[in-house]
Amino acid sequence: MQYHQSESRMYYSSSSVAESLERVVRLASGSAVVIFSVSTCCMCHAVKRLFCGMGVNPTVYELDQDPSGQEIERALSHLLGGGSAVPVVFIGGKLVGAMDRVMASHIGGTLVPLLKEAGALWL
Amino acid sequence: MTSPTTQFAPSSRLGLYEPMHQMSMWEEDTFDGNISPHAAAVCIINDADDKADYTSDKSAEDSRPSRAISDKIQRRLAQNREAARKSRQRKKVYVQQLETSRLKLAQLELELERARQQGMLIAGATAHMGLCGSVSSGIAIFEVEYSHWLDQQERKITELKNVLQTPLGDPELNVMVETVLSHYCRLFHMKRDAARADAFYLVSGMWKTPVERFFLWIGGFKPSELINVVMPQLQPLTEEQTANINNLKHLCMQAEDALSQGMEKLQQTLAQSVTLPGPGIRNYCSPTAFALENLESLEGFINQGDHLRQQTLKHMAHILTTRQAANGLVAFGEYFQRLRALSSLWSARSPGEPA
Repeated sequence: MQYHQSESRMYYSSSSVAESLERVVRLASGSAVVIFSVSTCCMCHAVKRLFCGMGVNPTVYELDQDPSGQEIERALSHLLGGGSAVPVVFIGGKLVGAMDRVMASHIGGTLVPLLKEAGALWL
Repeated sequence: MTSPTTQFAPSSRLGLYEPMHQMSMWEEDTFDGNISPHAAAVCIINDADDKADYTSDKSAEDSRPSRAISDKIQRRLAQNREAARKSRQRKKVYVQQLETSRLKLAQLELELERARQQGMLIAGATAHMGLCGSVSSGIAIFEVEYSHWLDQQERKITELKNVLQTPLGDPELNVMVETVLSHYCRLFHMKRDAARADAFYLVSGMWKTPVERFFLWIGGFKPSELINVVMPQLQPLTEEQTANINNLKHLCMQAEDALSQGMEKLQQTLAQSVTLPGPGIRNYCSPTAFALENLESLEGFINQGDHLRQQTLKHMAHILTTRQAANGLVAFGEYFQRLRALSSLWSARSPGEPA
């Protein structure tokens, strides 16, 4: 697992949701598997364990440890249409969704092909 | 012993009807229904001694000694016979009452067992109410609805089982399979509402029977368990089906592991937030607020657990043929019925009896 800061100093902070969303997309495209998380959130822990259990090495952004974390959380919440902003998973730069969607995709057998396609999983 | 006085009648000649009751009680003690002339004679002698109890000696027959004695003996014999008869009658009535009571008791015990099953829900609610001191209407509603759900479930499973005996076509059978599946969805929906009211109630399985609770995983059945239980009932399976089911089981177990670890983390975090001293816990102003926030995430886990159950059911149905899916649902439904029956047997066990 790799933990990253969102390099907020490179971008001037803005309250615009659109700008936050752009940042999210940019971060999401940076790695094969990206998880937006909060370090104290246990559901986030569960989703991390899911990927690690499959042998995947996701990139994790802990929003509570990020100065612009609150804005990103807001943007994610907006993206998901309300509800909890974390955990949110991106694979291959594309949004998979919150825990619900990740689980459904996993049980439905579409998660593994997605991971292979993104190069996060071999075999 | 035949004698003209065998028939006991309230005749004025004897003039002894009323006092005879007193006599027969007394007779009962002494003779226990057995009469012998010797005893009758003894009785007369004793009777002479207990003149205070014997109020019926006004008869003029006493003035004729030998005939009076014979009459007295006859009278006494009659009294004894009557006492014996009455005693037998009373015994008969008593035994009849005993038998009726026994039947009633057996019936009540059966009803009690049945009510206990239902009553466990109420007991759970009462305990819950006692503990938190306030009535959770959401939970009360859930318990009532769950009770109905169980009844409907039994009916649907029986119906499906019966239909499987007939050569019903796939389209019709499929409709029935879908009905049972959506019935499960109904349960998950109910649980979602209940989790919002009290997640702890669900996660501790208060609404389930003891044996079901033994298998509890995040407030319900373990999806991979479903596959294990049902698979033997689905034979014969094609190779492809077997591979798909094994794959589904593997994916299930990975998801279950992830959620279980999330729950463990929740326990750890909660424990820490409760034991960690005073101020200085990162972003939170109070450890209590932190703890409460974590408790709220319990609801999320229950929902994820149910979501996983729903997905497993759905995908199993996809992999199987209609008939196989129907068999699987019957097997699964009956599995839980047996767990519940086992709980009843367990509760009905009298203490001290060998298991």
